[in-house]
Amino acid sequence: MKARILVSFKDSVLDPQGQTVRNALHTLGYDAVQDVRQGKVFELDLSGISKAEAERLIPEIAGKVLANMVIEKYTWQILED
Amino acid sequence: MKFGVVVFPGSNCDADAYHAFRDALGQPTTYLWHKDHDLKGVDCVILPGGFSYGDYLRSGAIARFSPLMQEVREFADKGGLVLGICNGFQVLLELNLLPGAMLRNKKLKFLCQYVTIRLENDRTPFTRKGTKGQILRIPIAHFDGNWYAPLETLKEVEDNGQVVFRYCDPEGALTEEANVNGSLHAIAGLVNKRGNVCGMMPHPERAVEPVLGSEDGLVVLQSLLEKIS
Amino acid sequence: MKTPLHDDKVLAHHNLTRDEYDLISNLIGREPNLTELGIFSAMWSEHCSYKSSKVYLKKLPTKAKNVVQGPGENAGVIDIGDGRVIVFKIESHNHPSYIEPFQGAATGVGGILRDIFTMGARPVALMDSLRFGPLQNPKNRSIMEGVVSGISSYGNSIGVPTVGGEVYFNECYSLNPLVNVFCLGLAEKDKIFYAKTDDVGNAILYVGAKTGRDGIHGASMASQEFGEDTEAKRPNVQVGDPFKEKLLVEACLEVMERRIIVGIQDMGAAGLTCSTTEMPAKSGKGVEIDLDLVPQREKGMNPYEILLSESQERMLIAARPDQVPAVKTAFAKWDLDAVEIGKVTGDGKLRCRFHGEIVVDVPVSAVVDLCPAYSRPWEKPAGPAKRTDFGSIPQPKDYNDVLRKLLSSPTIANKEWIYRQYDHMVQTNTALLPGAGAALLRIRGSKKGLAMTLDGNGRFAALDPRTGGKASVAEACRNLACIGARPIGVTNCLNFGNPEKPGVMGQFKEAVEGMSEACDAFGIAVTGGNVSFYNETEGVAIDPTPVLGIVGLVEDIDKVVTPGFKAGGDTVILLGENKEEFGGSEYLNVIHGLNDGLPPTVDLDREIAVHETLLEAIGEGLVRSADDPSEGGLAVCAAECAFHSPEKIGCDLSFEEGERPDAILFGESHARILLTVRPENVGRVLEIAEKRGVPAKIIGTTGGSSLRIRVAENLLVNLPVAVAYRLWMDAIPDYFAVPKSFS
Repeated sequence: MKARILVSFKDSVLDPQGQTVRNALHTLGYDAVQDVRQGKVFELDLSGISKAEAERLIPEIAGKVLANMVIEKYTWQILED
Repeated sequence: MKFGVVVFPGSNCDADAYHAFRDALGQPTTYLWHKDHDLKGVDCVILPGGFSYGDYLRSGAIARFSPLMQEVREFADKGGLVLGICNGFQVLLELNLLPGAMLRNKKLKFLCQYVTIRLENDRTPFTRKGTKGQILRIPIAHFDGNWYAPLETLKEVEDNGQVVFRYCDPEGALTEEANVNGSLHAIAGLVNKRGNVCGMMPHPERAVEPVLGSEDGLVVLQSLLEKIS
Repeated sequence: MKTPLHDDKVLAHHNLTRDEYDLISNLIGREPNLTELGIFSAMWSEHCSYKSSKVYLKKLPTKAKNVVQGPGENAGVIDIGDGRVIVFKIESHNHPSYIEPFQGAATGVGGILRDIFTMGARPVALMDSLRFGPLQNPKNRSIMEGVVSGISSYGNSIGVPTVGGEVYFNECYSLNPLVNVFCLGLAEKDKIFYAKTDDVGNAILYVGAKTGRDGIHGASMASQEFGEDTEAKRPNVQVGDPFKEKLLVEACLEVMERRIIVGIQDMGAAGLTCSTTEMPAKSGKGVEIDLDLVPQREKGMNPYEILLSESQERMLIAARPDQVPAVKTAFAKWDLDAVEIGKVTGDGKLRCRFHGEIVVDVPVSAVVDLCPAYSRPWEKPAGPAKRTDFGSIPQPKDYNDVLRKLLSSPTIANKEWIYRQYDHMVQTNTALLPGAGAALLRIRGSKKGLAMTLDGNGRFAALDPRTGGKASVAEACRNLACIGARPIGVTNCLNFGNPEKPGVMGQFKEAVEGMSEACDAFGIAVTGGNVSFYNETEGVAIDPTPVLGIVGLVEDIDKVVTPGFKAGGDTVILLGENKEEFGGSEYLNVIHGLNDGLPPTVDLDREIAVHETLLEAIGEGLVRSADDPSEGGLAVCAAECAFHSPEKIGCDLSFEEGERPDAILFGESHARILLTVRPENVGRVLEIAEKRGVPAKIIGTTGGSSLRIRVAENLLVNLPVAVAYRLWMDAIPDYFAVPKSFS
């Protein structure tokens, strides 16, 4: 079973990398881009647990290790095999 | 007074801190291995700079799960002195022993340079030897030193007098240019509420000998030796 | 159906000639199989075998009293006294840095670090010599930004300070940037380790990162052998892992310190092939390994890929069987595996098993030592196509404007934007910050200091390779002298075009001979380095660019001199002669758009006499500041001395009338040093100069807040230091500034 976790800055936190990408896109003429938020993607390969256990485990791992909850938030999904 | 310098995989200022405390300060100093559960009876724990675990997840994020960090937390909870320098500061934030988090420097570049910092609170065990308003010239070397905290945390930190150092210009003024990494309120160093845990981005251990260009870091090192009056 | 190996296309992909193929068949007594051909291809490549260059490299002086190890090991070793040695080397990573600037530069740093700690030395300093195309071009900016962050990311993470270097900009590097990385390590003399296996029965251990399909170049042919999807899986860009390398440094230094191994080599170019042939070759032994035991990152790798992979952060160790458990424990402490993959044998062969079958069986000496050396045809360099008639070049109307433009030229401008991204203070030995001449480290527990500098001038070498070669050695030694250091050892990185072109070979030959002559004159040996040929894109070669890394010793670190003016009222003295040579100068390039003329002459006797004069004066404590005029000449040199003074002290200088004021102010003659002394010490300094037969002239005084320069009583330059300083500081950052509308 595979799970994908997306970690990005909270909306209230300045994201200088995202802003730099947005500026670069504007320089290249992509004016339609209003904002860019940059984040990190983690793909977890899980085995030996049920889907229900995975659904409990993934947010625990994301909140405890993968994201720093002072500045970041996360979303996750279990990918179909 | 006995000092212990923690070694994580990827620490790279561990030897510098060891040298500074042992040779420049002249105190018994030992290394503490991150996999052990033994603080070897030290009076003060130093979390050194570097790139623990490559800083691959976030700066300091993986080091906080090292076995020895349990002992460090208990030691801090009992009032033991803990100083985190640079990556060590980042580890203390990840451990929640200090408030806030680090963002990438505002210009998105690694910065290695001398900065001037203003001593904001001279009643902590880390700054006792100095005086409030004193300006120190000490190097920084980091990519993620842009300290951030939610507004209410920031207010609390300020109200409690937890700010020990701020980036300033050579005259002591807080300017946008002097705040090289973009930290909130130009914060360069913090203590916890109790005052026994300190984190700072500038490297005092790099400014302890005339041949290196500054001895201002000794203010921090020598403060740790001052008896509480 | 299998492709016949002697097929021209197969050989071309392996960069081997038909004659070389026949020689290989002769040496192994049969036709090689594809994997064996790959082994010879890698080891007989220009990069590993120096087949085009070794005829000339032999001319470089490699022996001196202080040389512990000359060329032929991973790095050179020089004795610095007190039981200590330095281990140092420079290497190029030009092509990878053009393809992927960040990873190319990062892995360049990783590679040179391994060369140093492999010898048992802890790396204590890095420097980089970088050359890019002009910054007006966004592509060049992006290459430079990538290279600088790559160096920064690797060096900073592993905790070795990047203490200095040089950066040049010229159109010829637009499609072929140069990234030359230097590393220096310190060790105890009796603890140096070499790449050897010693006795039969010793274990061969693999440590570090797993092997993947990184950087396997020659293999792109013969797709029948690899399956059609292999190409897509084979990245040409190697990715560095500085964290892994940091663990390797600590673990390797630990097993060497405890002497629980007998030999060690890193797996750099040609990977496992290189280390499994070179190590036994040095001990007159062979090695048998089982490729199935090699830790692999990807599934389904074949012997060719396993042996030729250039995955980073890997080392090969030879240890006695009784040492193996202790080695494994030491690596486990750092979360690394040490895997036994084979044994040392007595038959002088590299034998590899794969799935139980022997897939490689070749004599190691054939692979390592028997590559033919070529005396390639060469032509004496013709020099510049046209010799400009310098009389026809108009003299500037506004010298202030010329100076402003020169100070804003990226080659001359301040490089803080670059070195601020490098941790240059970690390890707390950095005694001089980057940006002002040579770098300097204190040596703990002694009064001595280690100075080091990288120098090369491609423009001079293009105009006259022999003079250019000499000039680079002279300038490097002069930079050392300016802080009070004497040269003790040399490494070089020779960046040239295609050696199969007689014109390029001629440049190479001349430059090497020029360097040899200069090193001989200074009495210093070249202990290693690197040749980088084929620096050509679309048939156009770079300027021949020999880069010299010279290390110097300071006997008393308290006596070190820096370039900044120390106080107003000091006397400014020019040691050496103002020859009004401005061929190949930055002035001609920036102001007149010319890369032309004869480069300044190099008089080695005079050069040495000037350095000795300065060193004697520094030894007597007479010198307050010293700097050598190079790019931009005397005017830029004086400006930089003002910039490096904390108070931004100006100066007032006067020169007698000459042929051309612009040549006096901006010419780049060698063997000159601008120094300042207290008025009461002027007499003594002039006396030392006279004794050594060196021209020395009082040319002015320090003071005020402006740069004022007169020629024949005409005040040609009058510029506030603060204004000039801003131009010099802002030139490079301005190219990278975010457009105002977005910030």
